[in-house]
This record gives sequence, C-alpha cells and structure tokens, in this order.
Amino acid sequence: METTTAVAALAARKVSKRFLGVVALDCVSLELRAGEVHALIGENGAGKSTLIKVLTGVYRADDGQVEYLGNPVSFTAPREAQAAGISTIYQEINLVPQVSVARNLFLGREPTNAFGLIDVGRINRESVEILKPFGINVDVRRPLHELGLGIQQMVAIARAVQIDARVVIMDEPTSSLEPREVDRLFATIDRLRSSGVGILYVSHKLDEVFRMCDTVTVLRDGKLVHTGPVAEMTRLKLVATMLGRDMTEVSQHGVTGFSESHSSAVAEPTLTAHGMSRRHVLDDVSVDVRPGEVVGLAGLLGSGRSETAKAIFGAQQLDGGTVSVQGKPVKKGSPAAAIAAGIALLPEDRKAEGIIPALSIRDNIALAALPSLSRGGFVSDKKRDAIVETFMKRLRIKAHSADQLVQELSGGNQQKVLLARMLCLNPKILILDEPTRGIDVGAKAEVQKLVDELAQDGLGVLLISSELEEVVEGSDRVVVLRDGAVLGTIRGDEITEDRIMSMIADAAIETQHPTSTEENPVDE
Amino acid sequence: MSEAAVSAPAGRSGAEWVAWLRERGVYVALALLILFNLAFTTNFATLGTVRLNLIQVTPIVVVSLGMAMVIGTGGIDLSVGSVMALSSAIIPIYLVGYNPWVSIAMCILAGALVGLLNGFMVAVLGIQPIIATLGTFTAVRAYAQVFSGRLREFRNPFYRTIGSGDVGPSFARVSLRILIMVILIAVVAVIVRKTTLGRRLVAIGGNRRASVLAGLPVRRTLISVYVLCAVLASIAGILETARSSAGIPGKIGIDLELSAITAVVVGGTALAGGRVKVLGTVFAAIFVLVLQATLVRQNVRPAATLMIQATIIVAAVYFQRERGTR
Repeated sequence: METTTAVAALAARKVSKRFLGVVALDCVSLELRAGEVHALIGENGAGKSTLIKVLTGVYRADDGQVEYLGNPVSFTAPREAQAAGISTIYQEINLVPQVSVARNLFLGREPTNAFGLIDVGRINRESVEILKPFGINVDVRRPLHELGLGIQQMVAIARAVQIDARVVIMDEPTSSLEPREVDRLFATIDRLRSSGVGILYVSHKLDEVFRMCDTVTVLRDGKLVHTGPVAEMTRLKLVATMLGRDMTEVSQHGVTGFSESHSSAVAEPTLTAHGMSRRHVLDDVSVDVRPGEVVGLAGLLGSGRSETAKAIFGAQQLDGGTVSVQGKPVKKGSPAAAIAAGIALLPEDRKAEGIIPALSIRDNIALAALPSLSRGGFVSDKKRDAIVETFMKRLRIKAHSADQLVQELSGGNQQKVLLARMLCLNPKILILDEPTRGIDVGAKAEVQKLVDELAQDGLGVLLISSELEEVVEGSDRVVVLRDGAVLGTIRGDEITEDRIMSMIADAAIETQHPTSTEENPVDE
Repeated sequence: MSEAAVSAPAGRSGAEWVAWLRERGVYVALALLILFNLAFTTNFATLGTVRLNLIQVTPIVVVSLGMAMVIGTGGIDLSVGSVMALSSAIIPIYLVGYNPWVSIAMCILAGALVGLLNGFMVAVLGIQPIIATLGTFTAVRAYAQVFSGRLREFRNPFYRTIGSGDVGPSFARVSLRILIMVILIAVVAVIVRKTTLGRRLVAIGGNRRASVLAGLPVRRTLISVYVLCAVLASIAGILETARSSAGIPGKIGIDLELSAITAVVVGGTALAGGRVKVLGTVFAAIFVLVLQATLVRQNVRPAATLMIQATIIVAAVYFQRERGTR
C-alpha cells in the first residue's frame, strides 16, 4: 500500500487533442491517485468528456502521454482500458435495455455451465447479492428498460464497480438518481476509496464535489485552470474558477440566474389542467398557469412531475382529466394539438426525446415550426434562415454555423437548440422539464435568465427541476407532488427548500408502509 | 452533394481524408471504375455505351429514389418489385378502347393504393416495415399474376415511345426514358431538401420519439413516404413494361428491391434512417450497373460476376459504416 500514494493510479501528462482543427484539449495534465475521489469539473465544452475518452482509449491523444499505475499506456479501445482495470460509467446509460438486469450485470463475462451455456441460475443468484449493498431490491430477471432511470443508473454503477477495477470514472452519476440513491452511491464511493480505488468524478453539482471529493481539477476551454485539494477551495472560488470570472461578479448574481420574482398577475389562467388521472401514474392532478407566471413542480423522482408535464402536452395517456388553453379544451393525446393550442414542451430526456442528432442545428430548430415557414409544402429558406439566426443569436448558441450537426454540440447548446425549437412556435405556455440537467454552470444561468425574461414577456412557464434551489428561486408558485398526487401549493415567501422538503417528508410519514421502512433504515 | 466533392481542400490530416472519402465513396469508386474501363474496355467511351447504361439503369434508379426516402424514415419497402409487376399486369387491360393515359393513371393509382396499405400497416398498425412490406411483396405479385394470367404482348405506339423513343431537337436527341428518370431525380431531390415532407421524414428517421414530441404529423408523413415510394415503383413498372412491349408480371421487377436497397445503402443513406442521399443513391445505382457491365465485358463468368459484385457492395458499406452508426 505504501506505493499507492507515490504513484498515480491514472495520469494524463500534457495531453492535447484536436478535432478538425478545433482544440478540445490543450496540454492538460491530471493525476488521479489511488484511494482518492478526484472531481473533474468545468463548463460544457471545457474538455471533460474528451479527457475521459482519451484516458479510456476512446480517443487517442494527439500529443502527451497517458500513464496507468506508473506505466505509459496507449489503449486503442475502451475494452482494453476496462480489461486493465479502468471502469467507466457514462452519463447516458450504456447497457442493453432489452435483456435482464442480471444479464446486464454480467454482460461480456457471463459464467458458463458444463455445456458451455450461460449459467443463468448463477447469474441471477449472484446479481441479487451484487445489488444488495446498493439497496436495489428488484426482480433481476426483469428487462432493464422496465425499471426507472435511477435504478438503471444504479445497475450501471454496480456493474462498473463490480468489475475488479483500480480506477472508476463516473460521468455525472447522480444526474438521474433520487436523494436516497445518491446516499447509497456515496456510501459505495466511500467503500471504494478506502479499498484504494481511484475515482474520477465528473459532476456539475458543486454540493457533491464538496461532500465527496478530495481533489478537484477544473478545465475551461480545453485548458487546465486549477487543480488542488477541495479543502482549500470555497464554493464561490470554485464557481469563479469554472466560469473564469471575478469572484465579486459571481457573488452579486446569486446561485441561480433567476431574478427575484415576476409580475404575479391576477389575470385568468392561460393553462388549466384539471383532474388528470392515470392508473398508477397520476391521481387527480390539477395545475393552472397564468400569463407571466412561473409555476414550479416539485417532488422526488417518480412523484409524477414529468408525467404531469407530458399529460398536459398530450404525450401521456390519461384515463380522465381535461386540459384547456385560454378556456378552450385541447384535444387529448396529441402533442401536435397541444402545440397548435400554444403549449410547448422541453422534454426531460434531451437525447432520446429532444434532438435529432444527425440533423443540423438549422433543421432541428425549424422542425416544429415548418408549417409556418413553408408555403404549399415548400420550405422557405429565407424565412427559415431568418428565424434560425434570430434564435441562435438570442439564445447564444455556440456553433461553427447553423449547418453544424446537433450531435456535435455540447449538452448546454443542444438544450438551447431545443428551446429555440419551442420558442419559434410562439407558445403561450412553456413546459420545461429539467431544463438545466446535465448542462454547465454558465449555460444553466443563461437558461434560468431566459426563463425569467420569457415570463416577463407574458409567457406562462411550468418549471420542473430536481434541483430544489432552482424551483425555489425560479418559481412564483410551487405545486408539490408525491406519488402522482398533488400535496399542496405554496406561493411567495412560503417557497423555501425546507418547506418543500418538509411537505414531502410529512406526506412520506403518512404513507409509509412497514416494508419501505425496512428497506431504507438509513432515512429518518 | 457533388459540389462539395469537387473541392477537396489541401492540407488535411489522414483521418480527415478518410472521412472525406467516406462521405463521397460512391463518386470515387465510380470514377475509378470509369478510369479502369477507359483503359481496358474497348468502345467504353462511346455515346452508345453511355446511353445503353443509362437506359438500363433507369428502373433501378427510379425505384431507388423511393426506397431512399423510405429508408430515410428508418423503414424499408420490399414490395417495390411487386408493384412494378402490378403495372405490368394493368397496362394490357387498358390498351384497347382507352386513352393510353388511362392505363398510366390506373398503374399509378394501383401503386398508390399499395403504398397506402404499406403506410397504414407501418404507421397506424405499427407493424415493422420489413414484415408489412414482405406481406405486400408476396401478395401484390401474386395478385398481379392472377389478374393478368399470362404474357400479353402488345404493339402500341404510345408505349413504344415511352420504351424506346427519343425527344428533343434534332441536334440533342435524348431518350425519353432517361429524361423521365432525370426529372424524377430532380423531383425527389426537391422533395427531400425543400419540402416539409422531406425535412420531416429525415427527422422521423433520426429520432421518432423526438419527432412526436415536436408535434410532427408522424403518421401522415410515413404514409406519404410509402405512397411516394410505391408510385415511383409503379412508374418504373410502366417504363419496363413499355420497353418489353409485354405484360409479364411474373418476370418484371424480380429482385429489384434488392438492387434498390443496395443502391441506397452504397449511396450513403444509413439503413437506420435519418438521412437521405439522393444523388448518392443515383450514382450508386449507376456504379452497380457499370460494374456489372464491366465484368461482362472483361469476360468474367456470370457466377463470378455476382460474387465480385456482392463483395464490392459489402466492402462499400463496410467502408462507410462509421457515418451511419446508430
């Protein structure tokens, strides 16, 4: 064990990487020691993903050297890195949705029986054991896709950790986890740390950096701007380093990009959703939004936030309930009808439900507005280019040109493209489902500021976020959900993180079953 | 598009060259094949050879245009050859006592109906395209054969013109067939690039769920695309029937769906959808045909010809594979 502190488990030495002439990494060094949790942070496009990909053999560095356990290595494929003991958990879950949880855990290293066939019984038995410390208690024979995103993520983590790894790289592992699952993940990270595993932890959540990490490395625009112990950093200093801004400037702006409040208009609601119900999903949910008002939907993962959003937008089947815009009922079960009525939705899962990856920024933005940009079925290039240009400027979408493919953009810019797609429809109601998930601090503040501006312009906004501070600071009114039902609505000064959490917690005590208390004895 | 192919800027790295080549593999391969022929095949560069090649490639190109759009949505249409046969069965019925345009209208109507059925099964019933069109592939040809029965030769000046006539001023006579093909290429190129239908179909192929949430009329778009594809196939059927001056639904359009899929894929349209390369498809169809012709001219035995062809096609797709991953 005495060598572990001296030799880096995994190190990048002056690594550079260019794509088509664009510098993604410029002489970046990083040293991950055994038994430490090392945070890698930076805004979108800072080069975090590229660095990870260079470390794990997805890309080859143009210059510089990767060292693993003190020896120079040049992995040519991710599986080589994995075989050597570097496990990577990607932000997007890289598992096979159609096959069982157990098969996913053993994917690529299935034990076989005497006939050379996969020993399914053993896989299933061992899987239960593997998942136990993570508090996952599901039928491991069920296909992965039938489980929630959070559980899928935990399975991915369990899989990565279980492979005999010396280094574990986690790319925003908590982005789809519930607080309880996050606690379990952190317990796992602690266990790994004390057994001498080096953990590279990529996150946008500063809380997590301060809670879990020993060392922090900050990248900006492909360059290394800071590396050192977390203990020597303050929250503010870290934000300032990431943004490359003055500390006083950041402190003036507060934590989110939201301003104080919006014109709490007494006007008639633009959107009225009443009594929306769906067995096991939504239970008599009613929400209304007035012009110029930001209504937050708060609740834990699985509380029905996204389902409420989708139901209003016609993308979630309902057994009962009505949605109307300015008093006029909207046809059920049709996103196209919802859009025509003036409702726009920014979906939660940017990659699966939002972007058309292989199309250009131009095509992605213009997609929903095509009817208004065309005549007799022919798209007017002039109209389209004008609107695309306007929104690219307004939302400050960073790209070489409007012809760049959306898949090449950073998460924050992809999100802005989707926002632009919705905004060019001139909606009356904008539903934002996790608008800042997985995007960097800078883009986050921009999006938050934009929401403010839109509300000031009279748009009604329904805001969903798993980050409480975002809901608290951004909303004029917050509807709190749990298990698909409305717990209550709070407004004005009542809106605090404590209040929302206590509402959810109080409801939890009421509805707690004996089994669920046993399941998570850690919670109060 | 080909204008990009002309400007290969200097000073690229090796990897960028590979990417550049991948994007334009069809054009490069076709150019190499032509160079080979110019060197080793006698009478290759004559107008007659070029014309013959273009005339032969017409049905494949016309069918491939529709196939490219269907594949762009992430689907596939196996019924195109059978739709061609349907045209072949219909034409002889309306030759006597009708204006020849009636027979053409009936062919296109029949094709559109098959397309509507395909589109309904895929977009509304949610049947996988390969299965839905496998059904019409079998049923439509069988129906065409029952319908017409046996070979029916005919002599009809209208169809002779379509099959082998020339148009244009005396100094620039061009085969009507080739002209029709060129017009259809232009029409499909405009549909794909300039219309809402074209933009929507690649969006649906690229990410169907996102397209639904963006409010696109997904069903209507899919149905339109399958109808267009079948109509193009019925036009190809008309051209082939006119050329052979006989209604032979048992023979026409056999294996053409495979040639069309080959042309589409070699031309750079990803089988997973989300992208349509119109010119790439056209040039790939020409490439495959010139390849066949070259092998015949070099006295390669027919069986070996097919093997070489298959190898080149798989190699072409392998070479391009990274562009269309998922």
